[in-house]
Amino acid sequence: MTLPWEWVVPLISVAYLGLLFAVAYFADMRADQGRSLISNPYVYTLSIAVYCTSWTFYGSVGRAAVSGIGFLPIYLGPTLMAAIWWPILGKIIRISKDNRITSIADFIASRYGKSRGIAAMVTLIAVVGIMPYITLQLKAVATSLDVLVHHLEYGFSSGHPAAPWGDTALYVALILALFSVLFGTRHLDATERHEGMVAAIAFESIIKLLAFLAVGLFVTFGLFDGPGELFQKTMADPKLKSLMGFGTLSGGYSSWFSLTFLAMMAILFLPRQFQVLVVENVNENHIRKAAWLFPLYLLIINLFVLPIAFAGNLIFPGASADPDTFVLTLPIFGDQQWLALFAYLGGLSAATSMVIVAAIALSTMVCNDLIIPAFLRFHLQVQEDLSGIILTIRRGVILALLLLGYIYFRLIGESHTLVTIGLVSFAAAAQFAPPILLGIFWKGASRRGAIAGLLAGFLIWAHTLLLASFAISGWIPESFLTEGPWGITWLRPYALFGLSVFDPITHSIFWSMLINIGLLITVSLFDRQTAVERIQALNFVNVFEQGARGGEAYLWSGSVSVVDLKRLVARFVGPTRAMRDFDHFITQHRLILPENGIAPSSLVAFAEQRLAGAIGSASARIMIHSIVKGEELDLEGVMRILDQTSQVIEYSQRLEQKSAELEAATRQLKQANTRLQELDRLKDEFISTISHELRTPLTSIRAFSEILRDNEDLPTEERQNFLGIVIKETERLTRLVNQVLDLAKLESGLMEWHPTEVDLAEVTQEAIDVTSRLFENRSVTLENFVPSHPIILTADRDRIQRVIINFLSNAVKFSPEGSGRVEIRLREEPAFIGLEVKDNGPGIQEGEHKRIFDKFHQVRDESGENKPGGSGLGLAICQRIVDHHNGRIWVESGPNLGATFIFVLPLFQPEKKEIAKKEASPSNR
Amino acid sequence: MPRDILIVDDAPNIVLSLEFLMKKEGFTVRVAVDGDEALKAMEERAPDLILLDVMMPKRNGYEVCQTIRAREEWKNTRIIMLTAKGRDVEREKGLAMGADDYVTKPFATRDLVVKVREMLDIAES
Repeated sequence: MTLPWEWVVPLISVAYLGLLFAVAYFADMRADQGRSLISNPYVYTLSIAVYCTSWTFYGSVGRAAVSGIGFLPIYLGPTLMAAIWWPILGKIIRISKDNRITSIADFIASRYGKSRGIAAMVTLIAVVGIMPYITLQLKAVATSLDVLVHHLEYGFSSGHPAAPWGDTALYVALILALFSVLFGTRHLDATERHEGMVAAIAFESIIKLLAFLAVGLFVTFGLFDGPGELFQKTMADPKLKSLMGFGTLSGGYSSWFSLTFLAMMAILFLPRQFQVLVVENVNENHIRKAAWLFPLYLLIINLFVLPIAFAGNLIFPGASADPDTFVLTLPIFGDQQWLALFAYLGGLSAATSMVIVAAIALSTMVCNDLIIPAFLRFHLQVQEDLSGIILTIRRGVILALLLLGYIYFRLIGESHTLVTIGLVSFAAAAQFAPPILLGIFWKGASRRGAIAGLLAGFLIWAHTLLLASFAISGWIPESFLTEGPWGITWLRPYALFGLSVFDPITHSIFWSMLINIGLLITVSLFDRQTAVERIQALNFVNVFEQGARGGEAYLWSGSVSVVDLKRLVARFVGPTRAMRDFDHFITQHRLILPENGIAPSSLVAFAEQRLAGAIGSASARIMIHSIVKGEELDLEGVMRILDQTSQVIEYSQRLEQKSAELEAATRQLKQANTRLQELDRLKDEFISTISHELRTPLTSIRAFSEILRDNEDLPTEERQNFLGIVIKETERLTRLVNQVLDLAKLESGLMEWHPTEVDLAEVTQEAIDVTSRLFENRSVTLENFVPSHPIILTADRDRIQRVIINFLSNAVKFSPEGSGRVEIRLREEPAFIGLEVKDNGPGIQEGEHKRIFDKFHQVRDESGENKPGGSGLGLAICQRIVDHHNGRIWVESGPNLGATFIFVLPLFQPEKKEIAKKEASPSNR
Repeated sequence: MPRDILIVDDAPNIVLSLEFLMKKEGFTVRVAVDGDEALKAMEERAPDLILLDVMMPKRNGYEVCQTIRAREEWKNTRIIMLTAKGRDVEREKGLAMGADDYVTKPFATRDLVVKVREMLDIAES
């Protein structure tokens, strides 16, 4: 305790910053030698960890101490976002590289027609929004310095003598400004990456992680006996136990949701995150590895948040120490001064890395998008080299920003916890999400839409969070909060339009996002984009599609000499560099250009891009405009060129579509062809079968006719026999021809039907009468179970009778002569009538039950003898008749069990129309 | 010694007419109504000539023809195919299966008789 801590700590702080600078210097040197230190995914990941500021380092513990796991959403959000990095961040990076984007303001402005208005607006929002965040870091560094020195000097006795050096925060601000200037403004072109800065913040990310882990390990295993004991003791305290639930966050689940959402947006759209993720990105592929490395970093650095918070609550019960400083006070309590110092350096790392990156990012924006445009307005024709002036401006801006942060700190800083201030900044950055995300996926998003959305979102943010925080600090009257501005209650900042169910952050996010997105979409839908807007929209949305872009070069159709262009670029980036870049471009594109010749539009576009890298796209556009003589292409001209491109694309799409259609048609043709071949085969088979069936009786007829002719001496009996055969075969032939014709009519739907009211009992009786001769001839008995009362249904009388006759004649044909026994009965059911004819013949094998209804399928008994008169068409015709009546026909049988043929008909036929339709389609089965 | 003829057909009236025609020529006639019966009759005694219908239940005429031609001891039996299918393809198929001649139904009785006699190398009487 003999060390004069009030001098040692500041000295070590400055020495540490010196070390950082050495790291940065070394990295820059390596970069100049072409051996980049930072071109790997690990450094990239560590640089992204600039996300973890002093808010993480001190604030998470503070928040955990009062709200348990409520600190988690801030780390959950980036983890979720990392999972979908590739489609979003990958696209943003590609766009930024293609367009030499220097900042988030430049990105948004460039997307929306290189609008200077938007660039300025985004810059203002960023400055106002991020200022609290910078303040937060100043506050953290100053507080941690004071707390550390105080406790190292005086232990935990009461009394707070001021630090001997006076206003800590002011010195911190000044020193950080100095370092930011040193890191950030060594080169002019902002698209040239700040390798030194990235290396330094990556180094700091390691230090803060190690420091936090060291404190965590000491607290968990040094002050307590490991996490088990710590957890047990915490659970023993009912007040602390309540911290473990989800309900601890004021606002409950909606708050979890909104904080997670905020953090998801913040990881991409905070200006400093945009700087390290996009502008400083060396290689797009690094984001693949970072997508899981970065969440891992977050996980590790959050590992000991709860243990430290619990330990702090147990060791300093009540409010005897500020939870935000547990990371420092616990090691001091454990008599580990050097560990406390290391922890302080970790916190310093967290704070300084954020401040440096944020200051550089903001100064680029302020300089390019606010000051240079204003400056150029008055000094357009100045011919001297401006690069030096621009650097000076940037340095001034950095200093001004940090001083502003200091002033804000003096005004408001004392009354808010770290986390609350940080969330206010997150909510401001979230306003950039709609114009960027919609801008890179939706061509229709327009400049006026973006302006309206941003402006409204920002105003709501300012009203509900910024002004509200002023009111809490007492800077404006408290009635602003409780009664609303000018006493208008529906304008109360925490209950806008009467909505009072959310906590302030959720409330603000809800309204600002709703109105931001709503206005962006609505205004864009009704807006007409200018030529530049449309080209930029295409360039951004289609960044991955080569050939669909490139409208840019057409934009400059006026004339400017090569030498004038070169001179202009030289004014901003310095003559040597300008010369080098131009020569490079000219050789690369194999252009042959006399110095005084007219620059081709591609060179003008290149010059504009080169300028954009230095002063932002909006200003670059103005500058080029000032020297190109003659107008830009008018809107129609540009549209024409764009349309030609899109016509080509559309044409090739149509071609693709046509060829797809052709393929489909070919497929259909092939199918049709197969079907036709099948039909052809069936037709051949049918004809061949018919031919066979007709030729068989014809053969007999001809043979016996010739025999009778050639053998006049035949005995009369034989002659009579042969003549009988001829006559029988002729009858068979006639029947066959009639049946073939009937079948053809049935199948083609040409059959005429005559549906009438029919008494099925009577029709059946008549059929029995007609076939009675057959039964007598073969001495087969018929058991008649047909009822005597009428059974009425609608049907074609003759056709149905034909089915019944067919059943009966089949039955008699297959019943054994003499002992044959056939039963016929009707089945009456509520909705249908059935008829069945049962014989005691040989029966039909299972496999044949369906096939016997096929055309020309003939049933033969075991002897293989063909039963006389069978054409093989009878049952096929029966089936079609029954089908036509919407009935069903089938056979029930087994070998030696006899066969029962059955058909059922519905009592009521569907409407006529349907019948007509059924007729039209012959194969309705 | 009378020549031996085997008639194979499943249509009884056609068999009847063929039987009459062949018997009238003085041939010994046997009848089979399907392929299996035909082969059974062959096993019994190989005839000098077969009148073989194509479309029959169980083994069809082509199969019977093929089976006969696969047996060395039956090589002297002449085969005339009878079919109601009059297409050239069927004719080709029959001849390819080893038939000696081919007659389309309905046939002229005189022509058939002449063909049978020629086949049996009997001079016109």
